[in-house]
Amino acid sequence: MILVLADSPNGQLKKGSFEAVTYGKKVADAMGTQCAALVLGSADNAGQLGQYGAAKVIHINNDQLNNFDSQVYTSVIADVAKQLYAKVVIVSHSSAGKSLIGRLAVRLDAGSVAGVNHLPTVDGGFKVKKNVFSGKAIAEYEVSSPVKVLSLMGNSIPVEATGSEVTAESMDVNIPASNVTVKDRKTVAGTVPLPEAELVVSAGRGMKGPENWGIIEELAAELGATTACSRPVADTGWRPHHEHVGQTGVAIRPNLYIAAGISGAIQHLAGVNSSKVIVVINKDPEAPFFKAADYGIVGDLFDVVPRITESLKKYKAANG
Amino acid sequence: MKILVCVSKTPETTAKIGFSGTEFNTAGVQFIMNPYDEWYALVRALELKEANGGTVTIINVGPAANDPIIRKGLAIGADDAVRINAEPQSALTAAKYIAEYAKTGGFDLILTGKETIDYNGSEVGGMLAELLDLPYISYATSLDVAGTTATVSRDIEGGTEEVEVSTPVVVSAAKGMAEQRIPNMRGIMMAKRKPLNVVEPGAAADHAKVVAYEMPEGKTAVKMIDPENMDELVRLLHEEAKVI
Repeated sequence: MILVLADSPNGQLKKGSFEAVTYGKKVADAMGTQCAALVLGSADNAGQLGQYGAAKVIHINNDQLNNFDSQVYTSVIADVAKQLYAKVVIVSHSSAGKSLIGRLAVRLDAGSVAGVNHLPTVDGGFKVKKNVFSGKAIAEYEVSSPVKVLSLMGNSIPVEATGSEVTAESMDVNIPASNVTVKDRKTVAGTVPLPEAELVVSAGRGMKGPENWGIIEELAAELGATTACSRPVADTGWRPHHEHVGQTGVAIRPNLYIAAGISGAIQHLAGVNSSKVIVVINKDPEAPFFKAADYGIVGDLFDVVPRITESLKKYKAANG
Repeated sequence: MKILVCVSKTPETTAKIGFSGTEFNTAGVQFIMNPYDEWYALVRALELKEANGGTVTIINVGPAANDPIIRKGLAIGADDAVRINAEPQSALTAAKYIAEYAKTGGFDLILTGKETIDYNGSEVGGMLAELLDLPYISYATSLDVAGTTATVSRDIEGGTEEVEVSTPVVVSAAKGMAEQRIPNMRGIMMAKRKPLNVVEPGAAADHAKVVAYEMPEGKTAVKMIDPENMDELVRLLHEEAKVI
């Protein structure tokens, strides 16, 4: 059996979980076994994970699991993994998944690879690839233990909903008491969080000041994109820190990254160079970012950005 | 309060990355202390010591060539340092060596950076916590300790959470926890006299290893678009790149 933990932050199953189950199903097919999905705490309709390839959905809907404690989660996941004789345990490379993978590896005496972005090969040893050195290279790992633990980088494989819903079932597990008390939780409502965003519009110092961000927000709204910024912009307080993408901020890999007024320092590139398509707008034709771009526009962002928004509106109107 | 800060050695952020077979090519590469370990974990540990008293010990797994990086940590203000004399083969072996040392140290707080900038795994903190049977709070953006209670803000999907946990605890540090400190001359001089203990590693079984490296496919040359013609950009994004 392949066991996939499906994150359900605030009781909601998200795209990252559908990707993880899709991935788990493909690993199961390659290894000639089945994929089980595990949902911990409250979640709407856990059975829908069947659509993404889970032959079995286990939903342990215990209030204590609505607060994330890596120690409690590890204990429960390991218990389920043992009951199912899971050969591979897969988590998303999310905040929760990143704090679980190391613990699970130790608990299950398993080899682990964090942040995989390819399917494993299973003939002649279990091998799987991930990006290393902030996307500047790819490493292939061989995992030799009987049980393996992987965390899957978001946006690494397209979600496939070719299966059908199953009835979620519970399982008897021991849930230890938690040592972690959640005092307060703040969520940024409305927008897709940056690590999950497929489309991102980002801007840098070329914006000249926080009061000019309207054009970036309008373009993002037209695209349905999430906004981001470069480090100097976050450091000077023009934009909130959670928008900072780059080596020391959030590393992202959206399908489309539009960067306006960002020169493309190597530390910024390290956080965005895994994006599928990069569009760079800069008035300096020598900006290093153009070397990493798929499409480049040399021009004044204050003219170019609103023009893109207009073109998008026209395009939408013409194509319904 | 006794604080242990785990520090790792990484190539400097602008280093050229290359490989000879399955070995990272270190020729001409400048190594630094992993920024998350140095700027956030170590500096916050020092701030907590300054506020509450106690000691800050840094620990590194690596060969003698890592000593200059460890000395830098002492120059920034750590009291003493431990180097486990082993080439770190993986997150798991590093965590096992550190756990073996930490389990008899009586540390109230064990800090790591949120990840290293080379292998980007973010595994060591969780492994350490599991090996030591301690709670683990990852991606912390603030950390305070009063008595035996640590109050930590952590990043969660789409937001932040404030949690309380009893010490001892393992915490991984992200941006926001502290501000980078530059060692001063006095710190650098004092660092030379601070203890750096070298400990020989025990046995540590490993289960995963890198068997090959490859470089990402090079980007095709950038396609420049007339700034007057954004209809063309939208068309290309739709028809050629197929991202909208």
